[in-house]
Parts: sequence; C-alpha cells; structure tokens
Amino acid sequence: MADSHRNSTIDEVTCREFVELITDYWEGALPGERTELVEQHLVICDSCKTYLEQFEALVEALPGAAEPESPTREAEQTLLAAFREWRAGG
Amino acid sequence: MLSALRDGDESAFAELVRRYHGSLKRVARSFGAGESVAEEIVQETWLGMLRGLDRFEQRSSLKTWLFGILKNQARGRAARERRSVPFSALGEGEEADRPSLEPGRFQGADGTWPNHWATPPRPWEDPHRRLASLELREHLRRALAALPERQRVVVTLRDVEGLDAAEVSELLEVSEGNQRVLLHRGRAAVRNALEELIDG
Repeated sequence: MADSHRNSTIDEVTCREFVELITDYWEGALPGERTELVEQHLVICDSCKTYLEQFEALVEALPGAAEPESPTREAEQTLLAAFREWRAGG
Repeated sequence: MLSALRDGDESAFAELVRRYHGSLKRVARSFGAGESVAEEIVQETWLGMLRGLDRFEQRSSLKTWLFGILKNQARGRAARERRSVPFSALGEGEEADRPSLEPGRFQGADGTWPNHWATPPRPWEDPHRRLASLELREHLRRALAALPERQRVVVTLRDVEGLDAAEVSELLEVSEGNQRVLLHRGRAAVRNALEELIDG
C-alpha cells in the first residue's frame, strides 16, 4: 500500500517548505496528509500566516493590474472591414 | 454572441473586439512582444478568429480560444524572426528550481529551529487594501513585466485574465504540475518585489 512508508515521512512542514507549497495547497494538488500538515503549520506559525496573507492579497490584486485598453479607431475600422469581407464570403 | 457573429452581426463583432482587446494585448505583451508587434498580433488574432469561426466547436470558452489563436500568431512570428519560440521547449527550466525566497531568510542546520524563519516577513498594514491601491498598481505591473517569460505568461493568464489551471496547461501545452510551478515562482517573485518596495 502507498501507506507503507508512512512512518518514515517527516511529520511537520517547515517554514522553508511552507512558502513553496502555497499554490499547490490552494489548487488541491497536495496529498491529504500534506494538506493537514500545512494547515497545522499555519496554526502555530504567525510568520507563515503573514506570508500567506501577503500572497493572498497579491493574487487578489493582480486583476487590478490590468489597465483598460481600447483598440485604436484605425484598428477597429480595419477589423470591421475584414468582418464585412468575411460576411460576404471573401 | 457566437450565433450573432456567425449570422454576420457587425455590432456583435465590434462589441467582442472592444471587450477582449485589452486582454489580448496583455497576453501578447506577456509573450515578449513590444507595443507595435503586440498590436499587430492582436489584429492577426481577430482575422484568424474570423477564418476559424465556422469551425469553432466551443470545446473551450471563446476567450480561451482567442488566446490559443493569439499564441499561434505569436509563435509563428517568433519562428519567422528566428527568435525563441514561446513555450516550445518547457523543460525543468532553470527558474523552476530556484526557491521562492533567498535561502538566507531561513535558519540553517545549525540554527535553533532549522528551516524556520531567520528573517520573517514583516506584516503589511491592511495588505488587501494596500495592494489594491492605485499607487501600488503600477509597481505590480512593473514587477509582473520583469518576470521571466514563462512565469509572466502563466501569471498573466491565471491571475490577471482569470483562466483556470486546465485551460492554461492546455493552451500552453504544459502539464498542470509545470503550470503550477511557474505560477508559484512568478507569484513569489512579484511578492518579493513588493516586499522590497513596501519595507524599503
């Protein structure tokens, strides 16, 4: 069984490991016991909690990094002309 | 929307162009295109869309389909100009093996708590509000632009444009695991850049 090595696995997640596991943790890509260790670590480590919060705030803020942009009038005209041509079967 | 397009509804097409122009430009830039080349790639993407419209089977969202056409345009152009082709050879890239933070941030084997923080992150005051501020937005953009290309593309598609993991790995033809590594590295590097800025 996959559990045969269970006793030899490390039973804690260190801070060095924690910072590498956040995205895997969020995406549900960690095996169950590893997820538990990450959660246990968060209960006892305020610094990793701080790091996680900063990571969260960043991911939340990234859509706002997108500036609204519109096509130039010229580009739009070219595309509309292409659309008419396409519609006409060109 | 799709049936309106196929029926030749020009205003539906104009609306679509307006809606996705910004997203397509950002993704084109993330592939390393400069401003004028990005503009051309986006134009070619719309023309490609028209050519493929009758064959589009809606197995992906319209947005993901557009990004796929854009990626092919960017690739074709890079190949013609004999530049490196985006995502043509994604192996275990050098950037994938590097840790998220300087090793010195953690205690060494001789520390009191090996592999726990030596220099922990300093809390940011109200991080969610802070990062959403206009002042930091520009820094966020710059930090994103400074990422290695593959990380920049993945972070742009996932965190800025909101595609999911499966869509991005299919689009870029990388495994979900690889996609996650690039995403994580990119996010960590952007956080580090902001930390430097905020902590001074």
